[in-house]
Amino acid sequence: MASKWNMIVDVAKCDNCRGCFLAVKDEHIGNDIPGYAAPQPPQGHNWLEIERRERGSYPIVEAHFMPVMCNHCDDAPCIKAAKNGAITKRPDGIVIIDPVKSRGQKQIVDACPYRAISWNEELQIPQAWIFDAHLLDEGWTRTRAEQSCAMGVFQSVKVEDAEMQQIRAKEGLEVLKPELGTKPRVYYRNLHLMTKCLVGGTVVTRANGVEDCAAGAVVVLKQQGREVARTTTDTFGEFRFDRLEPNSGRYEIEVTSGSAGRGSLAFDLGADSPYLGVITLAAAA
Amino acid sequence: MNLSLILWGIPQAMRVAARVYPDYAARLKERDCIAQFRLRDVPEGRWVQLKGGRISSGKGIHKNPDLTIHFKNKAIAENFLTPPFDLLERIDAAKNFKVGLDGPDDLAVWFMATLARLESITWKSGTDMGNGVTRYTNGTNGGPIFVYVKDGKIIRTTPMDFDDEDAPSWTIEARGRKFTPPRKTTLAAHGACQKSMVYSKNRLLYPMKRVDFDPNGERNIQNRGKSEFVRISWEEALNIVSSEIKRAKAKGPGAIAVANGSHHQWGNLGHYLSAFNRFWNLIGVTKLMHNPDSWEGWYWGAMHHWGNSLRLGAPEFYGTVEDCLKEAEMMVFWSSDPDATYGFEGTERRAWAKELGIKMVHIDPYMNHTAAHLGGKWISPKPGTDSAFAQALCHVWITEGIYDKSFVEKRTTGFDEWKAYILGETDGVAKTPEWQEKETGVPARDVRALAREWGTKKTYLGAGGWGVGVGGACRGPMGVQWARMMAIIGAMQGYGRPGYNFGNLQYGAPLDFNFYFPGYAEGSFSGDLAYSANSANNYQRMPHIVTMSSVRQGIPRMWLPEAIANGRASGYLTDVSSVQGQFFPIHYPSPGHVPVEMIYKYGSASFGTMVDANRWVTMYQNPKLQFVVNQSVWKEGETTYADVILPACTVFERWDIGEWYNVGAGYVHHMFSMNNHRVISLQHKCIEPLGESKSDYDIFLAIAEKLGMGSMYSEGGTTELDWCKRVFDSSDMAKHTTWRKFLKKGYFVVPSDPATARAPLANNWFYEGRKKDTPEPYPLPSDYVRGYGEGLQTASGKFEFIASTLKKFDDPDRPPLNQYMPLYEDPKRDPELGEFPLQLLSPHSRYPFHLMGDDEGSSLRDIREHRVLKDGHYYLVARISRQDAEARGIRDDDLIRLWNLRGSVVCAAQVTDRLRPGVISASTASASYRPAGEPGRSTDLGGCVNLLNSSKSITKKSHGIKPNTTLIQVEKWTGVDTWKPAEAVNG
Repeated sequence: MASKWNMIVDVAKCDNCRGCFLAVKDEHIGNDIPGYAAPQPPQGHNWLEIERRERGSYPIVEAHFMPVMCNHCDDAPCIKAAKNGAITKRPDGIVIIDPVKSRGQKQIVDACPYRAISWNEELQIPQAWIFDAHLLDEGWTRTRAEQSCAMGVFQSVKVEDAEMQQIRAKEGLEVLKPELGTKPRVYYRNLHLMTKCLVGGTVVTRANGVEDCAAGAVVVLKQQGREVARTTTDTFGEFRFDRLEPNSGRYEIEVTSGSAGRGSLAFDLGADSPYLGVITLAAAA
Repeated sequence: MNLSLILWGIPQAMRVAARVYPDYAARLKERDCIAQFRLRDVPEGRWVQLKGGRISSGKGIHKNPDLTIHFKNKAIAENFLTPPFDLLERIDAAKNFKVGLDGPDDLAVWFMATLARLESITWKSGTDMGNGVTRYTNGTNGGPIFVYVKDGKIIRTTPMDFDDEDAPSWTIEARGRKFTPPRKTTLAAHGACQKSMVYSKNRLLYPMKRVDFDPNGERNIQNRGKSEFVRISWEEALNIVSSEIKRAKAKGPGAIAVANGSHHQWGNLGHYLSAFNRFWNLIGVTKLMHNPDSWEGWYWGAMHHWGNSLRLGAPEFYGTVEDCLKEAEMMVFWSSDPDATYGFEGTERRAWAKELGIKMVHIDPYMNHTAAHLGGKWISPKPGTDSAFAQALCHVWITEGIYDKSFVEKRTTGFDEWKAYILGETDGVAKTPEWQEKETGVPARDVRALAREWGTKKTYLGAGGWGVGVGGACRGPMGVQWARMMAIIGAMQGYGRPGYNFGNLQYGAPLDFNFYFPGYAEGSFSGDLAYSANSANNYQRMPHIVTMSSVRQGIPRMWLPEAIANGRASGYLTDVSSVQGQFFPIHYPSPGHVPVEMIYKYGSASFGTMVDANRWVTMYQNPKLQFVVNQSVWKEGETTYADVILPACTVFERWDIGEWYNVGAGYVHHMFSMNNHRVISLQHKCIEPLGESKSDYDIFLAIAEKLGMGSMYSEGGTTELDWCKRVFDSSDMAKHTTWRKFLKKGYFVVPSDPATARAPLANNWFYEGRKKDTPEPYPLPSDYVRGYGEGLQTASGKFEFIASTLKKFDDPDRPPLNQYMPLYEDPKRDPELGEFPLQLLSPHSRYPFHLMGDDEGSSLRDIREHRVLKDGHYYLVARISRQDAEARGIRDDDLIRLWNLRGSVVCAAQVTDRLRPGVISASTASASYRPAGEPGRSTDLGGCVNLLNSSKSITKKSHGIKPNTTLIQVEKWTGVDTWKPAEAVNG
């Protein structure tokens, strides 16, 4: 078995600094790389894009960023849509859209379920991120996205497929839209930051008219009476529950804090991540 | 060496060079001339004739030379001409008329440069990467880079990866772990987009003249910014500019004003403090006196409590990376977003802090980029009110006894008065958490929780953009009060004791702070001892000729439009040499000087960076301004508001030299400690200048030659590459590597100090009561009231809770006791502001560097958090809270109009939960200005949010901006411009 290229992207590390995004533009705008890629237009093409997602609601909010690009799928819908063998799968796993043979084949753009292929209006060709195949062929050991990243978001990995599947299982990596069966070669770590819900709330006490943050309160998240998760409030009386499925229905929250008392509330989880507000503990009766 | 032998050798050397180097042979063909070398006391010498590239020479005195290089006597001539040249001797000979040059100035410059080229023609630069690709190096405002060039074209720019020859990186051991930075440079976005900027469609490639401008006839001043431009030759452009300089100078001293941005492209030579200052000192001009625009509150406020004037009032930072990682239990970021603008070297270090479990708290109305990345508690006060929050912290600390009592007792003055104010004994208002809640909107419980944590756990404070000043709350209407509070809360917790300090890992990496390499503020070859830090080291270490302007007139920069329109403007100096320097007034016009009638605009676009910028737009159409030049690399919003445009090239098309984030002595000493390594780049001339553009140095040289000052300007034909060599020779680099090796490889990593010999921890000397032991030469010796190195730069030598210097200056907005005064724009106080209910924050840009990188051709424009493409134009992003957006029917990417009585700007909405409701956040600085109608009197589609900000000073008696909280209204953009300017609002 030949070793093949894979990319691991860690969502938790991305700061949206745009180093990778700019590196891909720098590599392709104005540069013709015969056999690999025609020049990228000066503006408007983002072969590597960064998606933004906010989770939570004011004032408990998180923002996460996820680089997305051609997944170099092993079962690539674009290859099926291409005519004249315009798209090929290299032995090292990289998918290349031939800049000559693909001319006029706009259906290739529409075939990608990840919307990772751009249409070059001037040259009438579909274009996507080529995993810096031309540089790897010259002896580079990693992509420019990885070289430019200050946070260590990217990890180019060249291993046999079986080994990659071990890594995937061991590290809990995920791919985008696995249900499509496209077998992407781009894997994500901490993808839940983009796909799952976060709820947060604040627990306070009130004594003699003075409100204080309730630190160290135990917060239990339940669904239909069954405990789903539990946590402890921080210095500011705040708690967060992560990795909740969107639209997963009704939840109850129960808070206890020793002598400070108890509190509770219930909420319905939709597609968004709500802030549950302030829970004022009442002394136990 | 014997003179006749040396003179005989000159034409011989030229012949050899021409045979070996085709470039040299080509150069010799550029001019025909007869150059005579001779002594003044006796008729001895040798002439050299160049004709069609052929060299002839003869001993003795030629009858009819074009150029004469004369020496007082033989000894002086031999000293001057014998290699290796002693620069100090050569400068002495030139300054004291021991040598002289007679003949046409441009020919003299050319001939002397041709002689100097005999050495530099042998130099080689760049690394061969195979396949016809050469890897050069350069430096940008966003970091040093590798530049891959093939067939005269840049094909790639990347961060630098270090190799095994480069000095090892440092390691910090903290809490059982070892931390070492990655072996590479990282780039800010504006450094990573440089190739797109070089090849931008908006490059100025030819000199141009406004079509309806006739210097000898109708000037049509009213059409600046409206009329088209037509290409002209360099000769015509230089003739117009040089004759206009002469015409204006004939009116009297000060008729020409020069206007530059705060920053330029990276590099010691091309920076405005070098080439620009050198040239204009020779001409004599009215200077725009800059305000400390990223430092306002620190400079006008915090400085009075603790000195630090040479850091514009911000604290020192040595050793804080190591101390913070080892000791800190909590890091508080107060209006602090180091992950914006200045790159990502500190980001890695903060990731270590997160791994170590250090708690993070972020105080900012916007959950900024650093807060989003690091996580932690986010507290969002109403903009401007932060100092009430800070005073409530003091209240908890005092009432619960959790502050550094020993430090307060031993190292400070005025605490009893401060305590009485906080407790309400002075004014009847106790500054309790509940009191602050009414001002800030922050729940009292959060203040109590934070105060108790802070008072009992080791806490680092990152105050301002990069943690030790810069941007954010310090440049709001209450920025002075805020920065003063940052110093005061630092003092209450005993800043300088292990675990308590400023900076939050953005500054203070353990580098070598003794290794000398000049920063750009040291003025390079400017010779400008008055307006750069040249005299600190550079003037001695790199001998060059001093330059000094005879014109003494200045204009406070914020009010240039008023100076032109009304003929007068007054402000205060930014003088960092002492605390009281800021009390000195500037008045325009100055005695014996004449009004400004010509402006030479150099780089950048003020419309995007100056407050209430519609003033600047209309200024250019004032008939009092007879002539305007704009010398720029790109066509930006302001460029066409001129009569003649001169095209400068980028730093990739000329030679320069510079160290990453080394500003040098003068305002942010040792600024490079933001980085994980000290990296010095030879900024290679990677490609030829595009079109007919020229380097700034060569443009100034060409004008100087028209005015007969080319030899003076260039010190006898010194080229940019020669200056690079002189900068190299002046630095400590020459002790570690050779010029030829450095020139070829293109960068040098300065070795870090061993762990046993690192710089001491910032402020710890003061905390412990030692003499100052941190490696900064501040304050000036005369400012120590006890002994040298003892205590702070205050009247008492101690930290002063009640600022005694402010007792000597009557500014009602800066009382000696830092009272809470709600000075932000507020409809409750000013009912006419009622229709503008939202507070606009305009922080430093994250992706461009000010407006650099925001050019219309830049790749940054495709960043969705910066600009959004709609209907063929890229609109600047304005962030709006979900609540405010829903109330106005605004959705993500909708075009929205931000306006008040000063201006109206269309932006693209980014709807977010990361913003306190009632607040809009849009980055300051836009390279574009696209008026929908009459310039200066209509809605801007380009993104100049500074049109909305007030031009009143941050306090009554100062010279500072306060753009960080401005009242505006927002609505969906209808596409129809109905906005009309009104009288500027108060405040």
